[in-house]
This record gives sequence, structure tokens and C-alpha cells, in this order.
Amino acid sequence: MARITASVYTSHVPAIGAAIDLGKTGEDYWKPVFAGYDFSKKWLKEQKPDVIFLVFNDHATAFSLEMIPTFAIGTAAEFTPADEGWGPRPVPKVIGHPRLASHIAQSVIQDDFDLTIVNKMDVDHGLTVPLSLVCGQVEAWPCPVIPFAVNVVQYPVPSGRRCFMLGQAIRRAIESYDEPLNVQIWGTGGMSHQLQGPRAGLINREWDNAFLDRLIKDPDGLSRMPHIDYVREAGSEGIELVMWLIARGAMSDVNGGKAPTVRHRFYHVPASNTAVGHLILENN
Amino acid sequence: MSLDKPYKDVPGTTIFDADMSRQGYHLNQFCMSLMKAENRARFKANERAYLDEWPMTEEQKQAVLDRDLNRCIALGGNIYFLAKIGATDGKSFQQMAGSMTGMTEDQYRDMMVKGGRSIEGNRSIGEKK
Repeated sequence: MARITASVYTSHVPAIGAAIDLGKTGEDYWKPVFAGYDFSKKWLKEQKPDVIFLVFNDHATAFSLEMIPTFAIGTAAEFTPADEGWGPRPVPKVIGHPRLASHIAQSVIQDDFDLTIVNKMDVDHGLTVPLSLVCGQVEAWPCPVIPFAVNVVQYPVPSGRRCFMLGQAIRRAIESYDEPLNVQIWGTGGMSHQLQGPRAGLINREWDNAFLDRLIKDPDGLSRMPHIDYVREAGSEGIELVMWLIARGAMSDVNGGKAPTVRHRFYHVPASNTAVGHLILENN
Repeated sequence: MSLDKPYKDVPGTTIFDADMSRQGYHLNQFCMSLMKAENRARFKANERAYLDEWPMTEEQKQAVLDRDLNRCIALGGNIYFLAKIGATDGKSFQQMAGSMTGMTEDQYRDMMVKGGRSIEGNRSIGEKK
């Protein structure tokens, strides 16, 4: 049986990708950001996941206003890094896991979550920046990745509660897969940031850290927080944090298991317009 | 029955909801077209002519020509779509975000390095600074 061994949470700022791609990681501005991922790079090499289930949001890249799926699972054999307007990032192609992805789609839909199934999708910085941060600059990503895109562009986005429940359905799906795979689930986006209007540049350090505390210890309570609190306290784009609740909902303590171990926690302001948060939780 | 929109009370913020999306459909789809290198080249060669290929309002076209992102957002633009214009101009996301705040690029960058815009006084319209 496949099992979820750990969950990883990280912001996915495009400027971080540009800093990596343009060789700026040693600059004073960027050093503290990347230092926060030194542990994670070592940790990932030791963990050797077979598959990463990566929850992210598309930033008007694969999905225009023609179609806006709330939850979309990538079931293709591979996904190409997108040209977001600056040219595609020079990173490896993302290799999917069609068999496990299709299994999850079938299981989760029968569990009452109406996923959109996507067999062709370019993936933007929302997916590739977290991979770069934790895998480094590599010739090939260390394992297959199942992209799972969440609409956080057009309001209303799914509630934190819905995301948390969906994570639980994803855990059930993965655990019913009949191959002994080591699966990690990653939740990305956030933390506090606002990219638009006169309030752009908003950062709320206290709120972000309280979010991390609650994500670790009280995910069920946290999942009940209404959208308006994210928008008001963490900025209009801070709403991306609902995606972290999908990964958290897939951890075993939510289903009566032991509390996870916090292997790593990191917080830094700023990366471009955004507060960078990063957390690694291991199942026990 | 009207919908509850508590986010209307957040200062300096426009939430891209279904109403805004409806108004901004062609503006945002124009932005989306700039993800192709050949379209970026055509837009740069003659912005007005390229914009005229889209059924956008005159106000929307002018806001794009002026690179007035606040105006674009008021007319239904969404920042993730509008970012394609900035990318075409060679601007970073920080330059784009900063351009909406009334600050210079340096002032905005300094504010971010110092920890960003404070939440105090910025939670709701009418809140005392």
C-alpha cells in the first residue's frame, strides 16, 4: 500500500525562481531566503520519496478565464514548464505519475470532491519554484510529481474547510493504492502578501506565525477560518494559504494517528512582495 | 437577493470576484495572449493596433496604454493576468506591485526590506491609523 510519509509547505514567489535561474542566490538580499531551505534539500535526499503530490495554484498560465476549475488533478505523463511572459524557466520537465493520479482522481471523485481531470497542462512558478527550493538546481527532478491545481485567482476560492476535507480524501485515496510507494504531499503559496492596489506590499508577520502554529497544532480549528480573515490580515493574495490545508488534511493525525513531528520551520520577510514560510511535518 | 461581500470593506483592495471577472473578461484575455512571444512582439510594435483587435472598452485600452494598473483593476483586470503586460515590458512583480501604491520603486523596495506594509491601520476602511 502507498503511504504519505510527510508534508512540506512553502511559499512559491516567482522572483525566487528568477534568483535561482539568474545565479543570484548568493546575493545578500537572497542569502537568508535560500539558507532556510538548506536543511530541506538534505532531508529530501534522505527521504527519497517515490512521488510528490504537489498542491499549487496556476497564476493565469494554464487556465485563462475560458475555464476556471476549482480543483484540477494532472494525470498526464509529463508537464512542461510554462512561459509566463518572461520565457520558460530553465528547469527540467515535470514527469507525472498517470497511474497513481488516475487512481486518486477516481477515488476522490467517488468521495464527493468534483475534481477536473487534466491531461495537458503547462506548469508555472507555483509548481516549479517549490521544486527548485527543495530539490535545488538539478538535471531531472528526483521523482514523479502529480500536479494538483487549486483556483485561488477568481473569487470565491474554495474554503479552508473544503480544502482540509479534500486533503483527507486524498489521504484515503493514496492509502488505497496497491503499490508500496513513499508519497509526500506539498502545499504551496502564501504567506502574507498583496500584489495589487494601494495596499500592495502588506505583510503580517504575527498573523503568519500564528498560522504556522495552528497549522501544526490545531489544523481542524484553523480550517474553519473564513476567507475574509485571510484577505484582511494576510492580503488579497494571502488567500493562497488555503492550499496548505489540503496537505495538512492528508496527515495521519487528522484521522486519529499520532501528531506529526516538526522537522523544519522557517520564516523570512521579504522575498520580493511576499513573506516566505516553510514547514516540514513527518508522519509518525 | 444580493451576495455578501465583506471584502468590500478592505482598504486599497479589489477582490477579483465573478462580477469583476465578467467586466474584465476581454481585458484579461488580451493579457493572456501576451504569453506567446510572437504576440508580445506584435503588441510592442503597435500597441494601439494590437489592442484594437480585442473587444475591450476604450477605457480599458487607455488604462493599458497608460500602464495604470489600478485603473485596469477597477475595470475588471486581475493582477495575475495584468502581470503579463509587466513581463512584456520587462518589469518584475515588485515593480508592478509598487507602481500601484503611489511610492517610487526605491521607496517600495525599502518598505519591503524593512518588513513590508504594516497591517495596523490597514484592516478595514474607516479604521483609524
